[in-house]
Amino acid sequence: MSVRELSFAQAIQEALAQAMEVDPRVFLMGEDIGVYGGAFQVTGDLVHRFGEDRVMDTPISELGGAGVAVGAAIAGSRPVYEFQFSDFSTLAMEQIVNQAAKMRYMLGGKVSVPIVFRMPCGSGTGAAAQHSQSLEAWFGHVPGLKVVEPSTPEDAKGLILAAIDDPDPVLVFEHKLLYKIKGNVPEIMYRTPIGKAVVRRNGKDATVVASAIMVHKALEAAEALAKEGIDIEVIDLRSIRPIDGATIIESVKKTTRLACIYEGVKTLGIGAEISAMIAESEAFDYLDAPIMRLGGAETPIPYSPILEKVAVPQVDGITDALRNLVKGGF
Amino acid sequence: MPASPKTTSSIKGPNARPFYAKHNAEQLKEALRRMWLIRRFEEMAEDSYVRGLTHGTMHLSIGQEATAIGVCMDLTDKDYITSTHRGHGHCIGKGAEVRYMFAEFFGKEEGYCRGRGGSMHIADPATGNLGANGIVGGGLPLATGAALAIKQRKTKDVAVCFFGDGANNEGAFHESLNIAGVWKLPVIYVCENNQYGMSVSTARSTAVKDVATRAAGYDMPGVVVDGNSIADVNEAMMAAMERARKGQGPTLIECKTYRTKGHSRSDRNRYRSKDEIEDWKQRDPIPAFEYDLQAHGVMTAAEAKAIRAGVEKEIEEAFAFAQAGTNPTPDSLLRDIYTAGSAA
Repeated sequence: MSVRELSFAQAIQEALAQAMEVDPRVFLMGEDIGVYGGAFQVTGDLVHRFGEDRVMDTPISELGGAGVAVGAAIAGSRPVYEFQFSDFSTLAMEQIVNQAAKMRYMLGGKVSVPIVFRMPCGSGTGAAAQHSQSLEAWFGHVPGLKVVEPSTPEDAKGLILAAIDDPDPVLVFEHKLLYKIKGNVPEIMYRTPIGKAVVRRNGKDATVVASAIMVHKALEAAEALAKEGIDIEVIDLRSIRPIDGATIIESVKKTTRLACIYEGVKTLGIGAEISAMIAESEAFDYLDAPIMRLGGAETPIPYSPILEKVAVPQVDGITDALRNLVKGGF
Repeated sequence: MPASPKTTSSIKGPNARPFYAKHNAEQLKEALRRMWLIRRFEEMAEDSYVRGLTHGTMHLSIGQEATAIGVCMDLTDKDYITSTHRGHGHCIGKGAEVRYMFAEFFGKEEGYCRGRGGSMHIADPATGNLGANGIVGGGLPLATGAALAIKQRKTKDVAVCFFGDGANNEGAFHESLNIAGVWKLPVIYVCENNQYGMSVSTARSTAVKDVATRAAGYDMPGVVVDGNSIADVNEAMMAAMERARKGQGPTLIECKTYRTKGHSRSDRNRYRSKDEIEDWKQRDPIPAFEYDLQAHGVMTAAEAKAIRAGVEKEIEEAFAFAQAGTNPTPDSLLRDIYTAGSAA
C-alpha cells in the first residue's frame, strides 16, 4: 500500500477527487471553489479535472446554496458543500438544522439526506470574530446531524470519505491552522470510522480528550511533561456526534484523571458533555482529581495577535494545567 | 379578478382553451374528483379536530383547491414537488391516499410519516412528493436542489415548489430564484397568494403588488393567474413545464386565491371582514369547475353527483382506517433519526 506525505488540505482534496471518480453522483458546491480553488486551496485544481458541472461555484448565497445542496441530496445526488468559513453556516442554519437534520425523522424514515458540509473553523489567522469561531458543539446538539473533526491528514481524508459514504448529513470541521500540516496518507480509498475516537499517546497519569488542533497542542504538552516524569494519555476525539464514550471511560478508569481541551467557548461546550458523561459513568468512582476543562475564553475571537492567542488554550497553559492536575488532586 | 362560478370557458372548436383541448373527459373528471377530495378531507380533518379526536394544529386550504390540482394534474411520479404548511391539497394533487394522510393526523404508524410528522410534514417520496414544510420558505431551496439533481441526471422531469405569499419576503425565496435563474434549473415556483401571511396582508408585507413581478429580478417569466380557475392555473403550468423541459429554466407562477378558513385553529379572523370572506366564498373554485364541465357536456349532473358520493365514501373509509391504525410504541422514539446501519 502506497503511503505519501500530504498536507491536510491535499488529503481532503484527494478524498474529494477519489469520491468523484468512483461515484458520478458526488459533486462539490461552494463559494470560489472553482478556478479560485477555494479560500484555503482545498479544492485547488479539481474544477479542471472534473468540470464546472461537478465543481460548482455558487453565488455568495449560503442559505440558498446550502439549501439547494440539501434538496439535491434528498433527490438522489451526493453533494459536498463547502462553507468558505464555518462562521457563514449561521446564514444557513435553517436548512442545516430544520431541514437536513430532521427530514428523515419527520418523514418517518422515508428519505435519507446524504450531504457533507465542510466547515473551515478556528482561530489563529488574524481574521477576527466573524471568521474564527469553533461552532462544532452547536451542531453536535442537534439529533440528526453527525459532526466530525479530524486532526491529521490521514483522518482528514478518511473522515471526508466516510462522510461522503454516509447516508445522513455530516459536518466536517476543518481547523484552518491544520491545512498546511503534513502527514502520511495512504493512496487507496479508505474510511475513518465516524463515532470512533483514537488514543494518540498512551499514558498512565491523566487522560486528555482533545479535538482538532488541540490534539497537537496536547501532544506537545505531554512530551514536555514526560521529561518531568508525568505520563499523559491523549485521546483524539475525532467525532463530536456520535461521541465515543467507551474509549474515554476506559481511559479515565486507567489514568484516574481527566482534562478536556477544546477551542470552542468553554461554557456549554464539548468539555461539559464529556465531563458529565464521566460523572454519570462508572469511571466517576476512579477519579483522583476534579475534572478539568480548558476551553476557549468567554469572548468573541479578537483581532490583536496578543489577545487572539490568549483567547484559546495554548501549549504552555496546557502544560501547566496538566501538571497541576496530576500533582494536585481533591 | 377571479372568475365567477357561472362563467364558462370555451372547450370545443377553434377557440378551445388548451386546458380542455389537452385533457380528455376522464382526466377532467378526475381533476374535479380530487378537488372534492381535498375539500372533504379538510372539512373532515377540521371536524375531527373540533371533536377532540386529533391533536396539534393544522392549516386548511379550503378555497385554494384549483391551484393544487391545476398544478399537479399533469405531473408524473418522477416530477418532484415541495409543499408548505398548508399542503394537504398538494399531497392529494400529487397522488397521496387520504387514508394514509388521516392516519398521519391520528399519529399512527400507517401514516405517511409513521406518525412522526403530522399535518405539516406529510410526504410521499415514492411519488415525488418531497414533503410539506413547517418553515415558511423552507421548501424553496429544497425544490431548487431537486431541480439541480434532475439536471444532473439529464432527465426531462421538473421540480415544482409551492409556497405562499408569506414566503416571498424570506431570503430563501430570493436566493433560490437567483440560483435557479443563474443555473437555468427545471423548477417551477408556484406562489399561492391567498392574500395573507397569517394576519398580515400582502399590501402591508410586500413592496410590489404582484409577487410575479419579482421574477424579473431573476431572469425568469413571472405570470399572474386566477388561482381559483383550474384552467388558468393549468395553462400557466403547461407553458412553464415546456420551458423547463426544454432546458430554458425556471418560471414563477403567482396564483391569486383565498383561504376561506382562518390561518390555523388559533385564528379569530380579526384582520379581515366577513364581507370579504363571503365574497370569496362566492368564487368557490369547485362549483365553478363542476358547472363548466356540465355546461359543456363533459359530465352529466348524475356523474357529478356520483363523483361527490364516491369522495364521501372514500373519506369515510379512510377515516375509519386511520382511527383503527397502530399507535407507535414508546420504544420507537429514536427510530429513523439516522439511517439504520450507519454511525449513530
